[in-house]
Amino acid sequence: MPVTAAAPALPQLRIRGRSFMCLILAPEPPLDAWFQALDEQLRRAASYFVNKPIVVNLAVAQEAGGKLDEIVAALEARGLYIIAVEGLTPDELAGTRWAGLPDLRQKPQDREDPVGGKVIDIPDDPLPAPNVPAVTSLLIDRPVRSGQSIIFEDGDVTIIGPVSSGAEVIAGGSIHIYGALRGRAIAGLRAGANARIFCHKFGAELVAIDGVYDTPESWSAAFNNRAAQVRLEDGVLNIAPLA
Amino acid sequence: MSKVVVVTSGKGGVGKTTTSASLGAALAQAGQNVVVVDFDVGLRNLDLVLGAERRVVFDLVNVVQGDAKLAQALIKDKRVDTLSLLAASQTRDKDALTEEGVKAVIDELRTKFDWIICDSPAGIEKGAMLAMRFADVAVVVTNPEVSSVRDSDRIIGMLDSKTVRAENGETFEKHLILTRFNPVRAAKGEMLGVDDVLEILAIPLLSIVPESPDVLNASNVGCPVTLNSPGSAAAKAYTDAAKRLLGEKVEITTPTEEKQGLFSRLFGRKAVA
Repeated sequence: MPVTAAAPALPQLRIRGRSFMCLILAPEPPLDAWFQALDEQLRRAASYFVNKPIVVNLAVAQEAGGKLDEIVAALEARGLYIIAVEGLTPDELAGTRWAGLPDLRQKPQDREDPVGGKVIDIPDDPLPAPNVPAVTSLLIDRPVRSGQSIIFEDGDVTIIGPVSSGAEVIAGGSIHIYGALRGRAIAGLRAGANARIFCHKFGAELVAIDGVYDTPESWSAAFNNRAAQVRLEDGVLNIAPLA
Repeated sequence: MSKVVVVTSGKGGVGKTTTSASLGAALAQAGQNVVVVDFDVGLRNLDLVLGAERRVVFDLVNVVQGDAKLAQALIKDKRVDTLSLLAASQTRDKDALTEEGVKAVIDELRTKFDWIICDSPAGIEKGAMLAMRFADVAVVVTNPEVSSVRDSDRIIGMLDSKTVRAENGETFEKHLILTRFNPVRAAKGEMLGVDDVLEILAIPLLSIVPESPDVLNASNVGCPVTLNSPGSAAAKAYTDAAKRLLGEKVEITTPTEEKQGLFSRLFGRKAVA
């Protein structure tokens, strides 16, 4: 069967996108003060800009009358590695060594200006009161019955009364039971391995801390009906009587 | 001031219906106006235990759906005239009940009776939920064994969350009736002791009903044990429970091993007639 002669094989082009990190510097008027601040920054953390590609955003500086070449020269004099400028129109770039570079994203008209240049009236009232810390414990002062489930991810759970067989208590932190624990206690959802489980009378169906769980098959009946604490040590649940 | 009592347990076969009938009869015998309502639609039994199975014409579902008037469906007991029965339907299922319909029936019963005793079906589904929904007081029936105790615990949790009273933040009285208590087996550790059950369930004890042939006989002949064999220990347990519900202080008696004579020990097992 005749086969049409194939054109000489060309290598397949691989075209991919890749993102690079570079720092953006946006000089602001007054430029003298801005450069002073930059020098101070360089003095404190000299290695911060070393070998980091930098893009200069001149949108603000240009409006304030800054000269592109002067600013770039001043930056390069400080040893900064400028790879591009942005924030200017191609006309403004014409004649500089940056002309002909691809247009980087931000143009002056694109700058975020949600109020459309209007003066924002900043109210003169005091700062809002600091947030009250969230409640980090939950107190339940009645029995947790079979089939009930207490889930509190934000901290410790304290229960005054028994936790019945078939009930479960799930806490972000530790679980304290002033009564018999006959159901499941799952602690350390947030606090992790530091969480513990305490109860007046131990008889749990399952205990778990930070994802490590255990059932009565693997612990001694000697703890039954005694005050006990459960903690996680080196990835192993340790049940010990409370003195 | 009428009281709606739900007799419930979670688990089946522990003695809810027997307790509803016996407690209802005991309250009626004490002069109270009592109606016992069978919520076990589809598996009705309360009519049998009360010996009224041949007198059921209209039932709870008919009243809930508006097909019959309440007065037509209420069956007056022939032995105690202050005791009435509202039977369940045997041919329908629990979906035939609606919350609004049940509320209307209960509200109407409240105007006629001192005590409305709702015999709950087993389980935690719709029938059981509707039986407890409008109750003021719960009588939790439990056998001294772990499965029954755990199911009762579950039901107590629901009483505390799913009833109208609980949702309104009002107190909800819960009482425990321990049935089928066998002192000999409890002493041997073959069943849970009274203290074990009370410790787990943490609700006040209303009465302990001993396991007894009197209870079975009473069910078989369709007559509550408090009427059928008033002198028996089981009848006394229910009569005492009724008195306690009425606010009387009566000491709770724990059934003990009966002292058996030589002959009854030798010939302890009765021949089956």
